[in-house]
Amino acid sequence: MHDGAGLPRDMAQAPEVLAPAHVGRWFGVLFVGLIGAWILHQLLTNPGFQWLVVAQFMLDRRVLAGIGMTLELTVLVMLIGAVLGIVVAVMRLSADPLLGLCAHAFVWFFRGTPVLIQLVFWYNLASLFPELSIGIPFGGPKFYEISATVAISSFTAALLGLGLNEGAYMAEIIRAGLLSVDPGQGEASKALGHRPFQTFRVIVLPQAMKAIVPPTGNQVIGMLKYTSIASVVSLQELMHSVEDIYNRNFETIPLLIVAALWYLILVTILSVGQAYIEKYYSRGWTNSAPAAA
Amino acid sequence: MSIAMPAAPLVRIINVWKRRGQNLVLKGVDLDAGRGQVVCLLGPSGAGKSTLLRCINALEVADRGTVEVDGAIIGCAMKDGKLYRMRESEVSRQRADIGMVFQNFNLFPHMSVMDNITDAPMRVRGESRAVARDRAQDLLGRVGLAHKADSFPRHLSGGQQQRIAIARALAMSPKLMLFDEPTSALDPHLVGEVLDVIKDLAATGMTMIIVTHEVQFAREIADVAAIMANGVIIEAGEAKEVLTQPSHPISRAFLARSLREGH
Ligand SMILES: Nc1ncnc2c1ncn2[C@@H]1O[C@H](COP(=O)(O)OP(=O)(O)O)[C@@H](O)[C@H]1O
Ligand SMILES: [Mg+2]
Repeated sequence: MHDGAGLPRDMAQAPEVLAPAHVGRWFGVLFVGLIGAWILHQLLTNPGFQWLVVAQFMLDRRVLAGIGMTLELTVLVMLIGAVLGIVVAVMRLSADPLLGLCAHAFVWFFRGTPVLIQLVFWYNLASLFPELSIGIPFGGPKFYEISATVAISSFTAALLGLGLNEGAYMAEIIRAGLLSVDPGQGEASKALGHRPFQTFRVIVLPQAMKAIVPPTGNQVIGMLKYTSIASVVSLQELMHSVEDIYNRNFETIPLLIVAALWYLILVTILSVGQAYIEKYYSRGWTNSAPAAA
Repeated sequence: MSIAMPAAPLVRIINVWKRRGQNLVLKGVDLDAGRGQVVCLLGPSGAGKSTLLRCINALEVADRGTVEVDGAIIGCAMKDGKLYRMRESEVSRQRADIGMVFQNFNLFPHMSVMDNITDAPMRVRGESRAVARDRAQDLLGRVGLAHKADSFPRHLSGGQQQRIAIARALAMSPKLMLFDEPTSALDPHLVGEVLDVIKDLAATGMTMIIVTHEVQFAREIADVAAIMANGVIIEAGEAKEVLTQPSHPISRAFLARSLREGH
């Protein structure tokens, strides 16, 4: 043992540990700064951007209506996707082989065919089934009947096409989340007398959310932009509205910038929301003890 | 169907068989636990102790044979002389009366200690929040953790987590407590605090079936000891006898090894 162990030592005698010199970082700063300056210069001086036109159309009534439709479609599609996803994921994890097979088939089909085709397919459903009805199949009586062209508007086609596809992706995300929960959790819950649905809703799902939320945030943000595909069935969402405007006034670049800025704004808001939700579902998992009440 | 006599054991395990994959894990197990009795189940790992314990609250259902608790068959219903599995929602009603403590505690990490303890009494028994919280606070006092109600499980030591898991099970006022190696996942210096809580519980007259490797503890606490190996109970009886003068060579070897390992 060291002589005089336990005695106070002189701190000044201990060599201080220093950070290494960051030569490379200075070049990095210079490089990034140059690129940034060039981008800023272009934005401010290139007349092609036409910022005045951008400003003029940012709050245009048609643009705002398009945003409304984009948001509505995104929310509804994600709701359909989440509900379908939960049902399909639970079916797939169930012990029942028939349920598992159906779930597997659903994911296989709707993840395996392009959304564009699904959209157009739903939109043109009338050519396959001119009449939609509820009743006994194979020629039995019908309780309710409606013409397919009436039932399938561009909005319903977009909802069905995007929603079913999203359901297939969400099913996989939710399944992965459910599998990430320690099986001991479900057992402890069952042992306390929770019924199966309570075990799922109160114990397993909230813990799975920790793994479900980040990829779902990704899906929502992707979907917000992906709704623009619904313009192929002439739905007036943000992209379609902007197209309509520049087809008439030929201010293509400024109007694309209007759309891009709006998508960016919406995505930023969503990302902030996602951060809060992630924080909520990591309750009990942080390393630091919560501040004493 | 027979009416449970006052003298009838609380738990009757009758000729239980269970296959898991290719393995026959339980091969005709019989075991009783009388009211207020403490039964300790010992034996080498892989013997089928956990499987047997999990059959008692139907976390697993036996392939053959019956488990009765308080006169009711667990996890199955007898119809026309045949046994049929119950639906999960019916089984959960039976499980509510049987407490279980796991090797890995299995506290709910997303809930505070208080919510861990009060959730089932409120959700399953329909108790009011006030009543549930009052009893939870009592129970936390009993396991020496009255000041931890607002903590989250991850911020507690293993010993503290296991004591809370015991409090959580007791909050349902079970008529039977099952313990599956409650101290095996603990650092040696934390084992004592959990065993003390279980000893206190035994003193209150709770019926308990405890799977454990702690032979010394079993000698102190058990009324009945059973030793399991390869899916059968090779020896069962008065704890003092079984744990000091075992007759079966496997039990003798097992006990000698356990005691040598300092448990
Ligand atoms: N999921 C499983 N599939 C197949 N065999 C298993 C499974 N779980 C446990 N077993 C086998 O069952 C036997 C008994 O296991 P268990 O009841 O956990 O024993 P113990 O608790 O006495 O250690 C062991 O031989 C083990 O290998
Ligand atoms: Mg075991």
